[in-house]
Amino acid sequence: MKNAGLRCFLYSINEQIRALAGSHPKSVLTGFKCVQTHSLQDLQQPAVSSKVFVQRDYSSGTICKFQTKFPSELESRMDKQQFEETMQTLNNLYAEAEKIGGKSYLEGFLACLTAYTIFLCMETHYEKVLKKIARYIKDQNEKIYAPRGLLLTDPIERGLRVVEITIFEDRSVGSGR
Amino acid sequence: MSAVMITRKVRKWEKLPGKNTFCCDGRVMMARQKGIFYLTLFLIIGTCSLFFAFECPYLAVHLSPAIPVFAVLLFLFVIAMLLRTSFSDPGVLPRALPEEANFIEMEIEAANGNVPSGQRPPPRIRNVQINNQIVKLKYCYTCKIFRPPRASHCSICDNCVDRFDHHCPWVGNCVGKRNYRYFYLFTLTLSLLTIYIFAFNIVHVVMRSVDQGFLNTLKETPGTYPLNMNTFLLVCFFTLWSMVGLTGFHTYLISLNQTTNEDIKGSWSGKNRGQNPYSHKNIIKNCCEVLCGPTYPSKMCYHDDLGVICFSLFLTSFSACFPQKTTAPLIPNEHTPDDVKPSIAAEKSSGPKDDQPPAAKLPPLASPETDAETSIAKNQ
Repeated sequence: MKNAGLRCFLYSINEQIRALAGSHPKSVLTGFKCVQTHSLQDLQQPAVSSKVFVQRDYSSGTICKFQTKFPSELESRMDKQQFEETMQTLNNLYAEAEKIGGKSYLEGFLACLTAYTIFLCMETHYEKVLKKIARYIKDQNEKIYAPRGLLLTDPIERGLRVVEITIFEDRSVGSGR
Repeated sequence: MSAVMITRKVRKWEKLPGKNTFCCDGRVMMARQKGIFYLTLFLIIGTCSLFFAFECPYLAVHLSPAIPVFAVLLFLFVIAMLLRTSFSDPGVLPRALPEEANFIEMEIEAANGNVPSGQRPPPRIRNVQINNQIVKLKYCYTCKIFRPPRASHCSICDNCVDRFDHHCPWVGNCVGKRNYRYFYLFTLTLSLLTIYIFAFNIVHVVMRSVDQGFLNTLKETPGTYPLNMNTFLLVCFFTLWSMVGLTGFHTYLISLNQTTNEDIKGSWSGKNRGQNPYSHKNIIKNCCEVLCGPTYPSKMCYHDDLGVICFSLFLTSFSACFPQKTTAPLIPNEHTPDDVKPSIAAEKSSGPKDDQPPAAKLPPLASPETDAETSIAKNQ
């Protein structure tokens, strides 16, 4: 279980570097020279994984909301309750980001008065909530998903279109936990 | 260790396959054809300069010094809104990565079942119900995604844009979810500025005519043909009517919570009138949603950070030596142009602030929220 969790974590780093370096194997390797080599060798072997994409739920309009339906591919890995709770919390956070109320009016009005130069020094409310969401996803990954060999990708990395869940196949025969 | 650990963030906008041009390290995003945008800028700045040079001294002395002051403020606001509309990301949706595209393809094939050979497969459409109205989501073959409701693919910029309104050549960019309110404020304030300048032109001519006579006033118009006040008055006059018309049209669209694209296609008119599922059926609420809604983040300039391992290694090896910067250190890769590589290798920086989660803070460098004029001034 620990192995799968560590591999999952290192895979996510590798994936990000690979995406950034344009899948150039040399730049991935040079980037990791300082890391322990045994994990690097692990990464060099093709990681067996599949991905599930949780789509947006447009039933309430164009607000950012994801479907809470439990994907069948995750049935063997985690329980439905946990997943639905994660998705519901994410939806609530996005609703908070996009809420139109007194605070957003004030922000918009102040910004308009200053010809939107105020955003040079101030973070928008949406950005603040996005940071909160990133922290929540990291937390969920560490506590719930990584121990089960899963990895949640922050939807903002995919343009707020999907929640990508990477499923890592455990290499060892048997349960591997 | 020092040379190896220098990495370069390949920003999302650098990998964007659409037909956009980027400047100032991703702060500025525009369409390829910028000629008409420069014309817009020239017309506005030219007309206002002539107004300030030839009319304001007379008006300030004979009427009130507040007149040129207000004109300057209005002019600066117009330019700010124009630059903001032109340079910001309109709400471009990033294209699907290969795995996501394959996943969607598999879903479509599963839904279609077995299509007999020789027959065309059914069109790729997903139906969603929004506020008791069935909305069809079309599949974009270029971006390989099912477009969200109200999104549309701009053929000029070759991107799918969220809440696509139209592609405006005058601002050199698409108008979409993120920059619609700036576009509306631009048209509104430009109308006001044009009316203001035109009105005070008339006042100026009338006041001089009272002193000197009408014909003498016209003879003494400063400047030589074609760059004289009369030409610009004419430009002002025609601009006035087109801008007021455009502002009126967009005010109508905002009150109904419709986009220009939907209006042109007639999605919610005719037999569908009154069934716009996005409208709150209340003019005030619609205006508030469009103009006072949250400021959405850019999905193109929200770039990935390297993982925590590299980040912490950087912090320990570099933070003591080098000043805090928000750029990530650089590795030349196959995307880096050759002339930049030596400077990249020499450049040092430390990672962003401590304890930030990897995908959290938008460094101001790549943030489209940065005021375009100041960032350009900084770079120049």
